[in-house]
Amino acid sequence: MSEVYLDSKFIGTVKDGKEFAQKIIEQRRMNKLPESINVFYDSKKDNVYVEAFKGRCVRPLIVVKEGKPILNDKHIEQLEKGEISWSDLMKQGVVEYLDSAEEENALVAFTQEDLTPDHTHLEIAPLDIVGLTTSLVPFGNYDHGVRLTQGSKNQKQAIGFYAANYYNRMDMDVNILHYSQIPVVGSLMHQVLKYDKHPSGMNVTLAIMSYQGYNMEDAIVLNKGSVDRGLARSTYYRPVISEELRYSGGLIDEVCIPDKDVKGYRSEHDYRFLEEDGIIFPEAKVKEGDVVIGKTSPPRFLSSLDEYNLASSSRRESSMSLKHGEKGVIDFVLITENSEGNKLIQVRLRDQRIPEIGDKFTSRHGQKGVISLIVPEADIPFSASGVKPDILFGPHGIPSRMTVAHLIEIIGGKTGALSGRLVNGTVYESENEQDIRNELCQLGFREDGTELLYNGTTGEMYPSRIFIGNIYYLKLKHLVANKLHSRARGPIQLLTRQPTEGRAKEGGLRLGEMEKDTFVAHGASLLLKERFDSDRTVIPICEGCGMIAIYDARKGKAFCPMCGDKVTISDVEMAYAFKLILDEFKALTVYPKLLLKGKY
Amino acid sequence: MDSVYKEYESELPPQIIEEVKKHVEKNVSKPRLKKIMEEVYREYKQTIADPGESVGLVCAESIGEPGTQMTLNTFHFAGVSEMNVTTGLPRLIEILDGRKEISTKMTEIHLKKPWSGGKDITKIAKSIKETTFEEHINSIDIDMVELTMVIKLNEDTDIAPEQLVKILSKSVRAFTFKLDKENNIVVRPSSKDASLNSLYTLKEKIKTVWVSGIKGITQVLPVKKGDNFIIMTAGSNLKEIAKLEFVDLYNTTTNDIFELERTFGIEAARQGIINEIQKVIKTQGIEIDIRHIMLVSDTMCMSGSVLGINRYGIVKEKPSVLARASFETPIKQIIEASLIGESDYLNSVIENVMINQPVPVGTGIPTLIAKISKSKGDLK
Repeated sequence: MSEVYLDSKFIGTVKDGKEFAQKIIEQRRMNKLPESINVFYDSKKDNVYVEAFKGRCVRPLIVVKEGKPILNDKHIEQLEKGEISWSDLMKQGVVEYLDSAEEENALVAFTQEDLTPDHTHLEIAPLDIVGLTTSLVPFGNYDHGVRLTQGSKNQKQAIGFYAANYYNRMDMDVNILHYSQIPVVGSLMHQVLKYDKHPSGMNVTLAIMSYQGYNMEDAIVLNKGSVDRGLARSTYYRPVISEELRYSGGLIDEVCIPDKDVKGYRSEHDYRFLEEDGIIFPEAKVKEGDVVIGKTSPPRFLSSLDEYNLASSSRRESSMSLKHGEKGVIDFVLITENSEGNKLIQVRLRDQRIPEIGDKFTSRHGQKGVISLIVPEADIPFSASGVKPDILFGPHGIPSRMTVAHLIEIIGGKTGALSGRLVNGTVYESENEQDIRNELCQLGFREDGTELLYNGTTGEMYPSRIFIGNIYYLKLKHLVANKLHSRARGPIQLLTRQPTEGRAKEGGLRLGEMEKDTFVAHGASLLLKERFDSDRTVIPICEGCGMIAIYDARKGKAFCPMCGDKVTISDVEMAYAFKLILDEFKALTVYPKLLLKGKY
Repeated sequence: MDSVYKEYESELPPQIIEEVKKHVEKNVSKPRLKKIMEEVYREYKQTIADPGESVGLVCAESIGEPGTQMTLNTFHFAGVSEMNVTTGLPRLIEILDGRKEISTKMTEIHLKKPWSGGKDITKIAKSIKETTFEEHINSIDIDMVELTMVIKLNEDTDIAPEQLVKILSKSVRAFTFKLDKENNIVVRPSSKDASLNSLYTLKEKIKTVWVSGIKGITQVLPVKKGDNFIIMTAGSNLKEIAKLEFVDLYNTTTNDIFELERTFGIEAARQGIINEIQKVIKTQGIEIDIRHIMLVSDTMCMSGSVLGINRYGIVKEKPSVLARASFETPIKQIIEASLIGESDYLNSVIENVMINQPVPVGTGIPTLIAKISKSKGDLK
């Protein structure tokens, strides 16, 4: 007697569990039961588990009977002609979806050659073993597994052609690659995904060699000539959004050029791009601080007295301007209304991004790196035929990471580029590496992909042969222009008088706890004090009660509200944050009495 | 010769002088020895920490940085199944936190002369291991009608059934134990109003009754270390082990710091901490200068009992309110300080960082001493 469970609930018993499970499977294949039902026979416990609940992970497999797949040439023919579809195959029981439990009862063959009479299923394609983005890595089965996942992660961050209607969209923080190309070395998935409609990289000539130590630690060296010809050029788009909000009492924001008597008025210069409607015009070249959308808001707290005041005098300035470090050209202006009926203005900013030192690039094998140098084309190494690489890639990134597919792709890319064809690098079903090498040899190059190169600066031949070829490279969306930040002096926080935080607020770079420790460890006590001087204040302290005294500027003298002016009051230098914590203690009814002592 | 050594007696630790004596040639000339001693003295002075050197922080950094490279792992003891010892970062944290209950207690029992050569080694080891009734019992059957229980013993037990009955009668009251013909123990309640329930609780209780060996020692493993045999045990009970005649107590240790403190005193605990930290570090292939570890150990044992490096241990001992408040539970520290009106003399590093004053290390220590005369004309 075997117990039967439906969705983990006991529903009864059957005589022969194994036979019962088999029957359910057969019924499902004959389309008499829903295809989403899975059944698992646990031979150890002699239990049958039927699962029909939503949320299970399932995957499709070809059904195998007596060592032969049910899917035959006729099916393929019909599929190609479009006479039948995937759902027809499911109805005919040719393919079926297994969940993780039913998989335990199945024996799945990886390829058709592996099939034996014991097998119950066949993998639809060996490619199925990897995910969607991972299958876009050419020759992926030659890569180290870790690099493969990293490579596919990197591909998601590549700048490309993310949407064909990008010009009509107001996407936040997007990039478009100017001259995107389809990869020379591709895979089956590239065709399936119609990658040629939205490519996100370019085929570059890459030499694996060191260049004056500039490509240490994964850095890459770029050819200035290639950059000037448009390599990896992209455009960055960012919309500036503002809306006319409604407040209580019938008050409303107003998009306009703010009046001069508005609270927080900037300068006339900042508003120079605004047209009469208070919105900037397209193709205006703007930089940080320039107002894009002029706007005024009603006063924050409307007291009864204010009603008698002039209306505009108490209005606040609330324009949208470019943040610190931003620049660009106004691309598009959109005036519409939002779901609540408020006036909504979106202004799209466009900025051309030419590759610069610090931009991040990667191949499809997790070999990411940052530009460390852009060399004038004259100084780039060249081959006898005059070929100059676009990118010089450091050799130290290869051995420890074992990204063999990266190397094979270079050979494949070279062969494909020379013979003018696309190379198939589908995972597990790629072209034979030796065949590609032989083809390269027939094209008149060394089959190992190396060439003699000449030093671009001196013209001398390099003593060793350099591995050079073509590879698909991706520009990643992490551009320095969006990240570069430094500060010497700048804005401070109101509460603590310490520097603000973050790039957008032109903040300081925090000297953290552990960094502080290094100063202490070196015994650099006075240097440490200087570093933490950002919120230094001098505060008069009453020596009678040990509390903060008040400085009377009119009399030019400090007095203590508790002890009067008879007591000695001394100026004490301290961090403003410490003064703040003393105040907080007082608010908690803790009396922080300062006892003063001569410094020397 | 001795006069040269005598000169340095107050300057150098005796251990260093002894070491020089040992390594210097016998017929060394006096001026030559003087030169050697000068060099030794110079070298010694160089190794001393400078005044104002922040040794504590350097120590923390020197242990903390390699600590980030340590892998979380427990390693299995070769030879014995299920004897895995916590090492790596978890063990290091355990030591430094001063945990009372450590995850895997172990002792290393060294043996006296005839036994250390391997005499009766397995027998000795077996005699140490704690056994409970469960290991001597085959099955326990309860007769629900008669309210009796029959305990069937293992046939290969080396303890006499009579002995087992004795132990049982000693540790369990309200029941009588007797042997039947087949050497099974028959259990009967002494009073008539005993319930079936009490029999069931007894059944569980009997399993845990101690029979032989030393309490706390759950596993034993005789190992040959160098020329001598030692016994490694899982679990620890130094007090009982010390009573055994074959134990060489001078070399026997445990990895339980608190047990070391209880049995041998605080100095042993200090050395124990050093040894245990070094053991962890060695297995990780990391090198930390022993002086850093010694400083940590000294700090932990400074008060006379082992304190962990946490807010219940050495941080609690800090005299400064602000220093304590800057390390976990600030509100609690402020409240307690305000209740008794504590003063903070701002003598250590963290308080001075908080109020932005020079910290008293390195360049912050020397101050200017000037006598300022109040009469006019003295300046200039």
